[in-house]
Amino acid sequence: MARTDTSDPNYYHRVVDCQWACPAHTDVPEYIRLIAQGRYDDAYMLNRESNVFPGILGRVCDRPCEPACRRGRVDDKPVAICRLKRVAADLRDDIRDRLPLVPKQKNGKRVALIGAGCASLTVANDLAPLGYELTMFEQHAAPGGLMRTNIPAFRLPGDVLNEEIDYILDMGVDLRLGTRIESLGALLEEGYDAVFIGTGAPRGKDLDIPGRHDSDRIHIGIDWLESVAFGHLDAIGERVLIIGVGNTAMDCCRTALRLGGKDVKVMARRGRKFFKASEWELEDAEEERVEIVENHSPIAFELADGKLVGMRFARLEYYEDASGKQRSRTIDEVVIPCDDVILAIGQDNAFPFIERDIGLEFGEWDMPVVDRVTFQSTRPGVFFGGDAAFGPENIIWAVAHGHQAAISIHKHCQGESITERLPPTLNLGSRKMGIHEWSYSNDFDPKHRQVVPHVDLGERFRQLSIEVELGFDANLAAAEVERCLNCDIQTVFADDLCIECDACVDICPVDCLMIAADGEENVLRERLKVPARNLSQPLFVSGPLKQTGRVMLKDENICVHCGLCAERCPTAAWDMQKSYVGIPKATDEADRTGEWKKLRKAG
Amino acid sequence: MSFIRKPLILHADLPRNGVGLTLRDYEGGMSTLCAGCGHDSVSSAIVQACWELDIEPHRVVKMSGIGCSSKTPAYFLRGAHGMNSVHGRMPAVATGAMGANRRLYCIGVSGDGDSLSIGFGQFAHAVRRNLDMLYLIENNGVYGLTKGQFSASADVGSKAKRGEVNRLRPIDPVLTAITLGGTFVARSFSGDKAQLVPLIQAGLRHRGFALIDIISPCVTFNDHEGSTKSYAYTRKSSREAVHADFVPAAEEITVDYPAGDARMVTMHDGSHIVLRKTADDYDPTDRLAAMEHVESRHAAGEIATGLLYLEESEDDQDMHGTAGTVEEPLVELPFESLNPGAAALAEYQRRLR
Ligand SMILES: Cc1cc2nc3c(=O)[nH]c(=O)nc-3n(C[C@H](O)[C@H](O)[C@H](O)COP(=O)(O)OP(=O)(O)OC[C@H]3O[C@@H](n4cnc5c(N)ncnc54)[C@H](O)[C@@H]3O)c2cc1C
Ligand SMILES: Cc1ncc(C[n+]2csc(CCOP(=O)(O)OP(=O)(O)O)c2C)c(N)n1
Ligand code: SF4
Ligand code: SF4
Ligand code: SF4
Ligand SMILES: [Mg+2]
Repeated sequence: MARTDTSDPNYYHRVVDCQWACPAHTDVPEYIRLIAQGRYDDAYMLNRESNVFPGILGRVCDRPCEPACRRGRVDDKPVAICRLKRVAADLRDDIRDRLPLVPKQKNGKRVALIGAGCASLTVANDLAPLGYELTMFEQHAAPGGLMRTNIPAFRLPGDVLNEEIDYILDMGVDLRLGTRIESLGALLEEGYDAVFIGTGAPRGKDLDIPGRHDSDRIHIGIDWLESVAFGHLDAIGERVLIIGVGNTAMDCCRTALRLGGKDVKVMARRGRKFFKASEWELEDAEEERVEIVENHSPIAFELADGKLVGMRFARLEYYEDASGKQRSRTIDEVVIPCDDVILAIGQDNAFPFIERDIGLEFGEWDMPVVDRVTFQSTRPGVFFGGDAAFGPENIIWAVAHGHQAAISIHKHCQGESITERLPPTLNLGSRKMGIHEWSYSNDFDPKHRQVVPHVDLGERFRQLSIEVELGFDANLAAAEVERCLNCDIQTVFADDLCIECDACVDICPVDCLMIAADGEENVLRERLKVPARNLSQPLFVSGPLKQTGRVMLKDENICVHCGLCAERCPTAAWDMQKSYVGIPKATDEADRTGEWKKLRKAG
Repeated sequence: MSFIRKPLILHADLPRNGVGLTLRDYEGGMSTLCAGCGHDSVSSAIVQACWELDIEPHRVVKMSGIGCSSKTPAYFLRGAHGMNSVHGRMPAVATGAMGANRRLYCIGVSGDGDSLSIGFGQFAHAVRRNLDMLYLIENNGVYGLTKGQFSASADVGSKAKRGEVNRLRPIDPVLTAITLGGTFVARSFSGDKAQLVPLIQAGLRHRGFALIDIISPCVTFNDHEGSTKSYAYTRKSSREAVHADFVPAAEEITVDYPAGDARMVTMHDGSHIVLRKTADDYDPTDRLAAMEHVESRHAAGEIATGLLYLEESEDDQDMHGTAGTVEEPLVELPFESLNPGAAALAEYQRRLR
């Protein structure tokens, strides 16, 4: 087969599983290395470049990087990537003098941002340093979006949130709190050069079954959490049922425990393997003795004398029908007594403030038509991002959208084509220091994943705002960093140097190399000592080797980046090289013209 | 050499053999040889061969003399027994070990210097005695350990790294072994595991002395232009006379060989060697033809490889048969029979008077 095209920036990027999986492509192994060196400020700033909110995300990120982490394929658990991010944030010094500088003289372009959630904040973070005048409208009395109104303080303390939001607002954003935009049409008439809509997915799904509207003790999860966050609500009945088993349900049940709930049950329609909540959120809830009840489907609310007394469920059992499809049948019905019910079965988008006749098209599910690359709507100059763009996701996706939307807004305002964007880049630099020295910690460390200490069960319920996780201290962090396999230190192969001595093949501790006769990919995958059957991971194939015309194969799946192949190669045909993935931001686009540098020079 | 120890990583996909072990369990300590040395590849071939044959490492004795090659038993089968003997004296020590316990597998690793110079006499008699062992010569044409002097296997005209030309005739261990009555004589290349691994397996199962002369390039002192033991030269010049596949007794022969293309040799333990014909129409059971083939290839500037000579007989032709060693390992014999006492000794001495 053809030689693997390693000049494609995506090839080596994909090898860095965590970075590839992160929507904002945070350079995870590099920041872990900085933490290992005690360079917490540098680690924080590197994080901030891509994910903007390291302190927040180090606590509550959905962490798509962790299931992707190579360590999880090599020996059980992934590196605690997210918790290490928090270490960088917790142990950093004052970094304010390292934040992007904002020119006093503006560039003359005005941008309106609707909503003060993480999506809008990211756009502001990227555009303020370029001299844009930014006006941010927020209906609530405080910025932050769902991070403030829905994510409970015992997971994300207020001061962490405030500090990182302030870094952005202090760049000179004109934040208008308590200002709900009622008409996009009217806003557009105010002559902004661009508008960004980061209004999220604000509507909690309802459950219209008998009894729903007969009691005031039935709550919509996200609205209920918001009331708690703003202090409008500080108590709940002793017996609480949460309907749904996603992450919102986990926050609802744990909040209920802190407001007086004694017997809190999460009611799931299906079995555990279908739960939407992340494994770690389930663990945390169960640690707090929340009962998770499987295979119960709600039928009706039960009331007595106008008072909610319980809820009726069908107990289900699942089976496969003749065609192998999963089906359910009711075994019987049960009534579970309760004082309150919280519905946590999902969120919908809603855009009541967007008129349907202003050239902004809506498509399926009554969602605006938004371009996946530029984040522009069908009305030029109006952009979307975060949960508002394609439905509810999470913070890190909202940040990734924000970066891309900021590029588009910049290019739109400068009269450039928003589709001609800088491509991602990849640079490689050797990590060879001397004959047997590599400038990274390449020894494989068999340690198990370090456990994050938690506040005692008794203590944590004392107050709603007590943060449960204590985070790693410097010592635990020092242990955990060594578990990182340095996937960004790439094995780079030079076909013409190889003398086919087999040294690399023999030494590889995970048998992922082989020199074999050429063939089709599926054949080559079987020619490794341990066949390369994880098709989601690429197979590297060299060109024909000089002496025999055979090819060098490498299964990227479980390479531990130990560098032994390079260490053992007599001709340096293998080398260990650090990959730097460049994901262009608005500043990079601005750099092309140099305009904003002039602005900055002017102060 | 490298200074990084190969880490032990047991990943889920790592296959296990019939005795529940992974390849990792057959490896040894960190090699101190030069990066790219052929000898490390031979160690890896031994690891693979033993793992595939389900040989438990503690059933193996590894023996060696002195040289880079002779250091390698430290780098494979960490669970095996062994002895790193004096230069060129490994056959004597191996003879003693096998006499004491004939149920073990014996792997001797030597070099061209160790076997063809200082140890030539020992080597010759081990072949002649048909000692039951697998004897590997990791042949690089130089004394690697002492910094690259020509060895007795260097070809006439072969150039040293600094340019001197060798003018002495080489000793060919293959021809020597055939002449001395060797019963399993092969040549292979460290860079060709497809050929080497089955040869090691067959050699381990052969009853009697199995010699494999393995061209194993010295990357540091003998891998240059003008050397006849370099990776490039060996690849260019080697000609496989016959390809041998090894099929253990318990396994069915699953590969379908086209009629007339393969020949099967049954070994004493019921295993098979399947000999696949190559262009030369080679018969490895014909001693004279074998010697003629090796000589004529050499004259043509080629290296004859593969299983070059095989004599698989039913009789007890090996050392145990001719010397009448006991079947049971000495450690398992009761004390009374190992040491029949002073009276028995006196009687024995009386008979000799
Ligand atoms: C209970 C719960 C827990 C969650 N936990 C996590 C978690 O642990 N990790 C994670 O990554 N994600 C989590 N999420 C998801 C995450 O919070 C969202 O994906 C993210 O906040 C989306 O950001 P956004 O900027 O798009 O919108 P939002 O955060 O929703 O912000 C939108 C903002 O716009 C304002 N707004 C809306 N309409 C108007 C208007 N017309 N005028 C003015 N202002 C307006 C809103 O008040 C709000 O402040 C959770 C979500 C919920 C509901
Ligand atoms: C009795 C004795 N004489 C000489 C030496 C020095 N010496 C050490 S290794 C060696 C040659 C080894 O050559 P070879 O067997 O080909 O091994 P290689 O290093 O090439 O693998 C010699 C002569 C010695 N160690 N002992
Ligand atoms: S770095 Fe090289 S030797 Fe180490 S696991 Fe990866 S391929 Fe194997
Ligand atoms: S160690 Fe180097 S020269 Fe030897 S096979 Fe591997 S890449 Fe080729
Ligand atoms: S000197 Fe030659 S034989 Fe010895 S380890 Fe180095 S390459 Fe191998
Ligand atoms: Mg030698």
